[in-house]
Amino acid sequence: MGTLLGIYDDRRNAIEAISSLQKDGVDNISAYTPAPDHTIEGMLNTRISPVRLFVLIGGILGCIAGFAFPIYTVYAWPLITGGKPLISIPAFVVIAFELMILFGAIAGMVSFFGLSGLPQTRLALRDARFTNDHFGIEVQCADAKQSTIRAAMETAGAIEVQTHA
Amino acid sequence: MSYAKINTDILRTLQAPGLAYYGALGFVLLVLTFGAYAFAQQWQFGLGVAGYEHPTLWSIYITNFVFWIGIAHSGTLISAVLFLFRAKWRTAVARASETMTVFAVMTAGLFPIIHIGRPWVFYWLIPYPNERQLWVNFRSPLVWDVFAITTYLTVSAMFLFLGLIPDIAAARDRCTDWRKPIYRVLAVGWRGSTRQWVHWGALYGFFAALATPLVVSVHSVVSWDFAMTILPGWHSTIFAPYFVAGAIFSGLAMVITLLIPLRKLLGIENYITIHHFENLAKLIIVTSLIVGYAYLTEFFVAWYSGSTFEQGTFYDRMFGQYRLFTWGTLTCNVIIPLVLFIKKIRTNLAALFVISIFINIGMWLERFVIIVASLSHDFDPANWTAGIYQPTWVEGAITAGSFALFFFLFLLFIKNFPAISITEMKEGAQHGD
Repeated sequence: MGTLLGIYDDRRNAIEAISSLQKDGVDNISAYTPAPDHTIEGMLNTRISPVRLFVLIGGILGCIAGFAFPIYTVYAWPLITGGKPLISIPAFVVIAFELMILFGAIAGMVSFFGLSGLPQTRLALRDARFTNDHFGIEVQCADAKQSTIRAAMETAGAIEVQTHA
Repeated sequence: MSYAKINTDILRTLQAPGLAYYGALGFVLLVLTFGAYAFAQQWQFGLGVAGYEHPTLWSIYITNFVFWIGIAHSGTLISAVLFLFRAKWRTAVARASETMTVFAVMTAGLFPIIHIGRPWVFYWLIPYPNERQLWVNFRSPLVWDVFAITTYLTVSAMFLFLGLIPDIAAARDRCTDWRKPIYRVLAVGWRGSTRQWVHWGALYGFFAALATPLVVSVHSVVSWDFAMTILPGWHSTIFAPYFVAGAIFSGLAMVITLLIPLRKLLGIENYITIHHFENLAKLIIVTSLIVGYAYLTEFFVAWYSGSTFEQGTFYDRMFGQYRLFTWGTLTCNVIIPLVLFIKKIRTNLAALFVISIFINIGMWLERFVIIVASLSHDFDPANWTAGIYQPTWVEGAITAGSFALFFFLFLLFIKNFPAISITEMKEGAQHGD
């Protein structure tokens, strides 16, 4: 197994490369783009990001924590202030609301890092041009198929095709 | 615009700055040092040096706190709320505004600590298990504040960082000087793969969706610091929406104050154009009208309530010892912004800059009037003339120092990180707008 990385300086060529590769039945394609690119995301059949599930779980946990924590503390040292009941729900709603957002955001951030494989110290297949204006199409394939895939990438207008072990 | 041009143009702003930049940096550092010296004086000799006198036991520090939190709010409005509304013009100004949010909240967060008598035990505000088995009072709006402000700072900082990751990666791949290793660490190994973009885009949307209710809640909680008391002038149900509108209003003015010199300093006039300033000016008109309406409502309700103390407080605001501040507030926040209805004025940068400074001053005065004028005219007539509050040089120096801190952080940021989102500009270019 090896990895082919085709580099394109034109977005249209990169899109054309993906569609021609897919026509040839190549399915494990990944792409590198300088900016979010919904056309390419759509072509590669990316799933809806599960980040939303983590944000939801974080938010629910935060909301529960925001009620549970004040309730625990008022019972740890029961002290009536301002003639209000010990469990003053309206006051605790503020805490629950803020913690819901805080936990939701933190859970989202953590899940984003986990799902995107970050932080990463080794940047094996990275090309400095991808953060500027170039596009990369990466295909993992058996050595026997490399020449056909390389040809397809070049026909679509790749300025360079690299082979990685 | 092509991707390469956007990349080059924006990353060019990170190149070695000129004399004007270092001059500005040196000046704010000087003022910041003076502010720190004043705080050292207060640390040593106590709050007596800060001019606090019964009944005016909240004054300029709390004014600054509310002012800076307010400044922060428009940043979130532009970066999060306008994102949800798909207002595409926000792209060019979102990064600078979000940065402003983070630094303004950091500045604001110092003031409750400066304001308390023993700043070295500020951590007593945070609920943590301690040997005295004491917990904070969760029924107190001041504790709500701790939660609201820390959440706001954390979420805004994460939102800013999330947006920055691909841009830092772009800087990492372009940079050749000593900052390269720093960018390498901060870019956390970003590669720009489709998988990463999908999660990034999803989380960016969620941050916008979380920050929007957050921003409303934060200034509502700040307003409840006042509204939960029974003091005339503070005890009011309209305080939450009134403060939120005022916060966004003042923040928009600060965005204009910052961006007009910034685009010149960084040479990004092609990216931040008159069109953006005009849109900001339109938002200022809307928020100014809301704030003006809130002022009228306050006075109307004071009269309609039939409460002698409420009426007395508002009569005192208009004609008492702080009348000049009140009239200044009304002029700067309600009357002057009306000229923005004229297209010629709101598309003239010099005029906009002057108006934005007036609004900044007006909103600071508004908070001062709400806090000091209300406290000095409480239920006890003996207080009305006795405690004439006199600000001291320490309060002035710390206030100036807070502005210096804010500008210092902002200046450092804009020369080391892209002040315009490269990613979002590229995404916009892709769709041809």
